[in-house]
Amino acid sequence: METITSIKPFLAVLISLAVTPVLVSSRAPNVREAWTFVAAAAKFLIVLSMLPTILQGTEIVYTVAEFLPGAAIKFRVDALGMLFALVSSFLWIITSAYSIGYMRGLKEHSQTRYFCFFALALSATIGVAFSANLLTLYLFYELLSLSTYPLVTHHQDKEARSSGRKYLLYIVGGSIAFALPAMLISYNLAGTLEFSKYGFLAGTGSRTIMAVLLLMFIFGFTKSAIMPFHSWLPAAMVAPTPVSALLHAVAVVKVGVFSIVRVLIGVFGVNLLLDLHLGTIVCYIAAFTVITASLMALSQDGLKRRLAFSTIGQLSYIILGVALLSPKGMIGGMTHIAMHAFGKVTLFFCAGAIFVATGKKNISEMVGIGKRMPVTMTAFFIGSLSVIGLPPGGGFISKWYLVLGTLQADNWPMLVVLLGSSLLNAAYFLPIVYRAFFCTPEENMFDNRVEEAPIWCVVPLVLTSLGSIGLFFYPQPFLRLAGMMIN
Amino acid sequence: MNQQLPAILIIAPLLSALIINISGWVNKKLCFPIAVAGLGLASWASVNLLLRVLDEGVVLYRLGGWDPPMGIAYYVDHLNGLVLTVVSIVALLNLIANKKTIEQDFPEKTGPFYTLYVLMVTGLLGIVATGDAFNLYVLLEIAALTGYGLLAMGEDRAPLATLNYLYMGTIGACFYLLGVGYLYIVTGSLNMVDIAGILPALYQSKAVLAAFMICMIGVWLKMAFFPLHAWLPNAYTYAPSAASSLIAPLVTKVMIYVMIRLILTVFTPEYVFSTLTVSEPIVWLATIAIVMGSIFALSERNLKKMLTYVIIAEVGYMVGGAWLGNRTGMTGAILHIVNDSLMTLCVFLVAGNIVYKVKGYAFKDLKGLFRTMPFTMGAFVIGALSIIGVPPTCGFFSKWYLISGAIQAGHYGFMVALLFSSLVNVVLFFRVIEIAYYEPFAEGHGHNVLPEPMAEAPLMMLVPLLIVAASLIVVGVYTGDIVNYIIQFAIPKEIV
Repeated sequence: METITSIKPFLAVLISLAVTPVLVSSRAPNVREAWTFVAAAAKFLIVLSMLPTILQGTEIVYTVAEFLPGAAIKFRVDALGMLFALVSSFLWIITSAYSIGYMRGLKEHSQTRYFCFFALALSATIGVAFSANLLTLYLFYELLSLSTYPLVTHHQDKEARSSGRKYLLYIVGGSIAFALPAMLISYNLAGTLEFSKYGFLAGTGSRTIMAVLLLMFIFGFTKSAIMPFHSWLPAAMVAPTPVSALLHAVAVVKVGVFSIVRVLIGVFGVNLLLDLHLGTIVCYIAAFTVITASLMALSQDGLKRRLAFSTIGQLSYIILGVALLSPKGMIGGMTHIAMHAFGKVTLFFCAGAIFVATGKKNISEMVGIGKRMPVTMTAFFIGSLSVIGLPPGGGFISKWYLVLGTLQADNWPMLVVLLGSSLLNAAYFLPIVYRAFFCTPEENMFDNRVEEAPIWCVVPLVLTSLGSIGLFFYPQPFLRLAGMMIN
Repeated sequence: MNQQLPAILIIAPLLSALIINISGWVNKKLCFPIAVAGLGLASWASVNLLLRVLDEGVVLYRLGGWDPPMGIAYYVDHLNGLVLTVVSIVALLNLIANKKTIEQDFPEKTGPFYTLYVLMVTGLLGIVATGDAFNLYVLLEIAALTGYGLLAMGEDRAPLATLNYLYMGTIGACFYLLGVGYLYIVTGSLNMVDIAGILPALYQSKAVLAAFMICMIGVWLKMAFFPLHAWLPNAYTYAPSAASSLIAPLVTKVMIYVMIRLILTVFTPEYVFSTLTVSEPIVWLATIAIVMGSIFALSERNLKKMLTYVIIAEVGYMVGGAWLGNRTGMTGAILHIVNDSLMTLCVFLVAGNIVYKVKGYAFKDLKGLFRTMPFTMGAFVIGALSIIGVPPTCGFFSKWYLISGAIQAGHYGFMVALLFSSLVNVVLFFRVIEIAYYEPFAEGHGHNVLPEPMAEAPLMMLVPLLIVAASLIVVGVYTGDIVNYIIQFAIPKEIV
C-alpha cells in the first residue's frame, strides 16, 4: 500500500476548531452563522480534495506526536475513513442551514454555545474517521462524547439533566470501563495499536482472550447503541432536533459503529475472526438488537423516540453486515453508513420541521399533517423508503448487498433477520405516512391551509431526501470506497 | 554562573524570604515583586539545571566546597531535575495567581505570608535537590513548619486542623529521622550515593530492614497514604486559597519523590524489589487507598474537601505505580508526579477563584457559575478531564503507564482500582459541573432567562489559571518526549 504524508487530514479536523474563537467573540448572529458555513464548506472541500488520492489506492498519513512506538496521535486516511468523513462533513453543511431555521424559529437561548460545540463535535467526528490507530480513535471518541454533552442538554432543565446523566454514564462510562482496558490489553499483547489491513492481534492470544477482548470493544463503544447499552439514545432525544439529526443519526452513533468496524477489520482482522469463528457471535448480538429495537419502535408514540429506536436497529445492520465477514456483506454494511445517514437525517429534519411549524411531537397528533405540510411529509416518505430499504431510496442498495452477503456467508438465520426487520421497519414507518395523507375530514387534526416550516428548515430536508434518491441511482462512489476495504 | 545553579536554586528564594520580611515593615507593596523575583530566579535556575542534566548527565554540587560524605552534596539527575522544574514553576504560577486573594484575605499580614510562602518553597526545592539523607530531614522540617503556618492562617477551623496535621507531620518526620539514624549506624554515612554503595554487603541486616520500613512509614505519613491520611482533608480544606493551592499540588508529590528517591538511589531497586518481598502487599494497600479515596470523595458536598480526597486517591496511584516493580509502572509514577501537580494546581486555583468571587466553596455556592465565570469553569472542565483521564490531557497518559504497568506485573486488582477511580471521578466532577451548569433551573427550556452578567475573577488570577489548563494539554501531547528524554534516564537499568 502506497502512502503519502500530508497535513490535510489534520487540517480537516482542525478547521472547525479554527472558527470557534470567532463564534465566541461574535455578537452578530449573521456573522456567526456565516463562519459556521465557511468552516463546514472548507471542511467538506478538504475532505473532498483527498478523495481522488484515496480512490487511486494511496493512503494519506500524518503524525502529530508520538507517545509510544505504535501508539501515536496519528491520522491515516483510507477508504472507510473517507466514506464516513465525506458523509458527515457534507451533511454538516446542510444541518447548519437547518440549525439556523430551527434555532431561530424556536428562539432558542445560547445559540453561540450551540454552534460552537457543534463545530467541535464535527472536528471530533472527522478525527475518528481519520484515526490511524486505536489511541487516536479513543481520543476523538471521548472528545466527541464530551463536546456533544452541552448539545444534548441544551435546554438546561431537569429533563435535560437526567438525560445528560444517562448519556455520560453510558457513553463515557462504557468507554472507560471496557474500551480503555481492552485497548491497553491489546497494546500489551501486540505492542502496537496501529490499524492494519489484516489486523494486528493475530497470533497474540488464545481464543478466550480474543473473545473477551472483542466483547469488551463491542460493548465499550456504546455510541453504537448496541443492546443492552442502547437506552442513552432515546434519552438523548431531549436535544434540539438538529442535534438529534446530525449527531444521533449520523455523527455520534456512526462513530460508535465505525469504531466497531475498525476494530473488527483493523484490530482483529477478517482472517482471525474467521479462524476463531468470532464473527458469528457478533452477528447474533447485532441481530438481537436489530429485531428488538424494531419491535420497540412499533410502540413509540413520540416521533423522535420512534426514530431513535429505528436508528438503534439500523446501526446494528452495519455491525451485522461487517460481522458476516463475506465480501458482499461487508460492502453492504459499510455502504449502509452513508445510505442510512441520508435517510435518517431527512426523517429527523421532518420531525423538527413539524415541531417548529405546529409544536407537535407525538405521532398520534399528526393525523392529516400531510395536507398541512405536503413537502415535509413527501420528504418523510422518501426517507422512510430509504430506511426500510425500498427503491428509489438509497437504503435499497445497501440492504441488497447485505442480503447477498448473508447468502455468500451461507448464513440463513441472518437472512431471515434482515427480511423480518425490513417488514417491521415498514410497519412502524408507513402508517405515519398513510395517516398523514389519507384520513377522513373528521379525523384530520389540522385545518386545510398549507403552511410549511421556515424556508431554512424545508430546503435542507428536500435536499437530503433528493440526496437519498440520488444515492439509489449513483451509489458507485460509496460502493467503490467500501469495496477497497475488502482484501 | 552555570556551575552555581544548584546553589542559586536554594539561595535565591531563601534570601528573598528574608528581604520580604524586612521590606514588609517598610512597604507592603514591595513584598510581592520580591517574592516573584525570588521564585522566578529559582524557576530559571531549575529549568537551566534540567537542561544541563539533559546535556551532561548528573550534576553534583558540593556546598561550601566540602567533599561528600563529610560535606553536604546536592545531587541533581533526571529525576529530581524534572521534579525541581515542576515545583518551582507551580509555586511561581500559584504565587502570581494568588496576589489578589492574599491581599483580600490578609490585608495586614501580606509580608509574613509571602515570607512563609517563599520559605516553604525553599524547603521543598531543597528536599528535592539534596543528596544527603539528613539534610533532607532538615529541609523537610523547614517546609513542614512553614506549611503549618500557612495552613493555620485560614478560616475558623484551620488552626485545629493544622494542629492535627502538626502532630501527624511531626511523627512522620521523626520516623524518617529514626530511619536515617539506623542507616547512619550501619553505614556510617549520610550521603545517599555513599549509602547506596555500602548497603549491598548489608542487605541481610535486620537493621537495614528496620531503617527502610521506618523511613517508608514516615514518608507515607507525610504524603497521606491511606490509612495514614486522616490529617489531610481538613488541613487543606480550611486553609487560605493561596496556601492550599501551593501545598495541595506540591507537598504530597514531593513526598512521593522522596519515596522514589529512597527506593531508586538510597536502598537500590535490587534490595527493595528482590531482597524484600513487600511490594505485593504495598500495591494492594495502594489499591485500597485509591478505592477508599474515591469513595470518601463521593460522600463530600463541598468542592475543596472533595478535591482533597481525590488527592488521597492520587497518592495511591503513585505509590502503587512505584511499587509495581517494573519500568512501566515506575514511569507512570514519575510522570504522574508532574501531571498530578499541574492538574491539582489547576482545580485548586479554580477553587481559589470561586472563593474569591462567591465567598464559598460548598456545592450550593456553585450554582450558575458557567454563566458568571465561564473561563474559570472552562479551566475546571479541563482539569477535571485530566483527573478523570481523558486524552489528550496529561492525566490520561500517566494513567496509561500505570495501567500498563499493572497489566505487565499481572496485578489486575490495581488495574481495576484505577479504572474504578476514573469512573468515580467522572461522577465526582460532572456532579459539580451539573450544579454549575443547570442550577438554578430555568422554566420553559430556558428561553426566557436573561443571561446573568459575567462576574469573572480578575485577569491576574485568570491568566495563570488558563496557562495551567493549557499546559495540561500540552504536557499530554508531548508525553512521549518527556518520557523518552527525561524519565527514561531517571530509572536505573536494573528495573525492566
